[in-house]
Amino acid sequence: MSTAAPSAARAGARAGRMSPLRKRLDLVGDRALFGICALAALIAAATIVLVGYQVVHGAQPALSKFGFAFVYETTWQPNFGEFGAGTLLFGTAVTSAFALLLGAPIAIAIGLFLTLLAPRGVSGVIGPLVELLAAIPSVILGFWGLLVLAPFVQAHVEPFLHDTLGGFLPIFGAPQTTGLSIFTASLILTIMVLPIIASITRDLFQSVPRDLQDGASALGATRWEVVRGIVLPTTSTGVVAACILGLGRALGEAIAVSQVIGAGSAIQLNLFKPGDTLASRIASQFPGALTELHKASLYYCALILMVISLVANLAASWIGRRFSYSGAVNW
Amino acid sequence: MSGQLIPDPGAPLTPSGNLRRRQLVSRAAEVAATVAAVAAIAVLAIVIWTVASRGIKTIDLAFIFTGYPTGVGPMLLGTFVISLVATLIAMPIGVLIALFLTEYAGARGVHSMKLILDLLNGLPSIVLGVFVFALLVDHKQQSAFAAAVALAIIELPLIARGSQEVLLLVPKGLREASDALGVARWRSVLTVVLPTALGGVVTATVLAVARAAGETAPLILASSVFDPKHFSVNPFEALPNVPVWIYKLSEEGNPEGFNEAWGMSLLLVSLILFASLGARALLARSKRKLSS
Repeated sequence: MSTAAPSAARAGARAGRMSPLRKRLDLVGDRALFGICALAALIAAATIVLVGYQVVHGAQPALSKFGFAFVYETTWQPNFGEFGAGTLLFGTAVTSAFALLLGAPIAIAIGLFLTLLAPRGVSGVIGPLVELLAAIPSVILGFWGLLVLAPFVQAHVEPFLHDTLGGFLPIFGAPQTTGLSIFTASLILTIMVLPIIASITRDLFQSVPRDLQDGASALGATRWEVVRGIVLPTTSTGVVAACILGLGRALGEAIAVSQVIGAGSAIQLNLFKPGDTLASRIASQFPGALTELHKASLYYCALILMVISLVANLAASWIGRRFSYSGAVNW
Repeated sequence: MSGQLIPDPGAPLTPSGNLRRRQLVSRAAEVAATVAAVAAIAVLAIVIWTVASRGIKTIDLAFIFTGYPTGVGPMLLGTFVISLVATLIAMPIGVLIALFLTEYAGARGVHSMKLILDLLNGLPSIVLGVFVFALLVDHKQQSAFAAAVALAIIELPLIARGSQEVLLLVPKGLREASDALGVARWRSVLTVVLPTALGGVVTATVLAVARAAGETAPLILASSVFDPKHFSVNPFEALPNVPVWIYKLSEEGNPEGFNEAWGMSLLLVSLILFASLGARALLARSKRKLSS
């Protein structure tokens, strides 16, 4: 961020003493550095365009054969050349919504704990530990989900929920034998969205002016009333943006979900039955795709995913810029 | 009258009625927030403890240095090669983007560049896998290079963002001193700004590598058909790698394979956790140093 004045002074000082060669070298160097920096920025922009182009191009056969009906059609029969992403879209929506419903309140609570409750030393330890949760590779989380979480869920959580709530909530239907289910996949996704939302909301809550909180406390508000009346209202749009970012992460997770969701192929109301999501279907079937049309349909799934993730990120960034006074979401 | 002004000396000192209710609600909220934080830490502890206790039994020197079936050496080597190539691609571009953001771009340029990086960061890794498959693998063959390109796209926004944060912390005085001596912009960037921020840039890169090294989704499409006995560093063939091998073993459902997968998980998790914890500590230190 140089200003005009120093550079003018620099040019003046330089004119007398510098050799013409060095002057020319500096001119070339300045331009070259700017050039390669701009080129790097261009590469990043071009990458997005190229990703979009390749995915649309790959999906072309499926696009022209099925059109938009692909999105809601529920048959997926590679042997008969019939494809529709309805079931997958349903599975993606249910698992992500579940993960967000469960994960967002917990993550926001963690954000509040780290900024308002915990002493500095404690939050300095717990904050990074929560973020480490995001560092565990998804394949390992999925492997753990497959061998540890799924049997536990199958043996304890599913029967409990079925017995207590299953009577009036059909989503908690009869437990299955394996524990590989939409429910288990949602739990894994919950673990994955937690650190994202928690770290963003922590930064947001830290940006709430201290004066406002102190003023409320001075008027006799309890800690919870400060949160309800001051902290949450001033950051609500940023919190929404954080949740959208978490949602984007949950929608696109392929590996861990495909390990624990059980690869079901029907729309089920019962959360304890196996299902499948867009991302996990791509991961499990792409390497062994039977026909060109099968592959193109998987490209189509990737296209849907890409569109959803772009829209989610644009929305989060728009909300962050438009409504939130804090730069935490939008850097 | 006087009864209202003089407090009842026998009244209890603890709050009652509405205040008591409000304080209870507040207390409950505090407990709930603490429980949430403890729960998240507990999940982390359970996952790491499971991986550590089950993985430690499998790990010995042969496990690390020999090939299949006694060890996972080729997978470790392959993951190293793929991460290295990805970083060689992503680091220069990422640092240059950060320089573009801090040195050249105007407010609008900064804004749109950040949006682009956010969008890149938000792309699901499986979509990147499909992308490199279409670009580099389809009608050709799988290669570690294709996998590295996908990982580079994952690393790029992280490196650019981390480097930019550190570059912004380089003291203005240093730049101005350089300007005052009549040094050209490119010289002061290369000899003053970048060296000052180098520590932070390197740690941002380490964090990005730690994030990308465990990515599985792109590798399943780009580098999954390999021979687990084959030690190789050739990036133009499909290389054995840790994440895909864990994925395959977990799909096979064979107890022997599970043990091997736990062992590899422990190696991968400890590498990633140590790298990111160390890098975080260093990053915090160099940021403190720069801003003080």
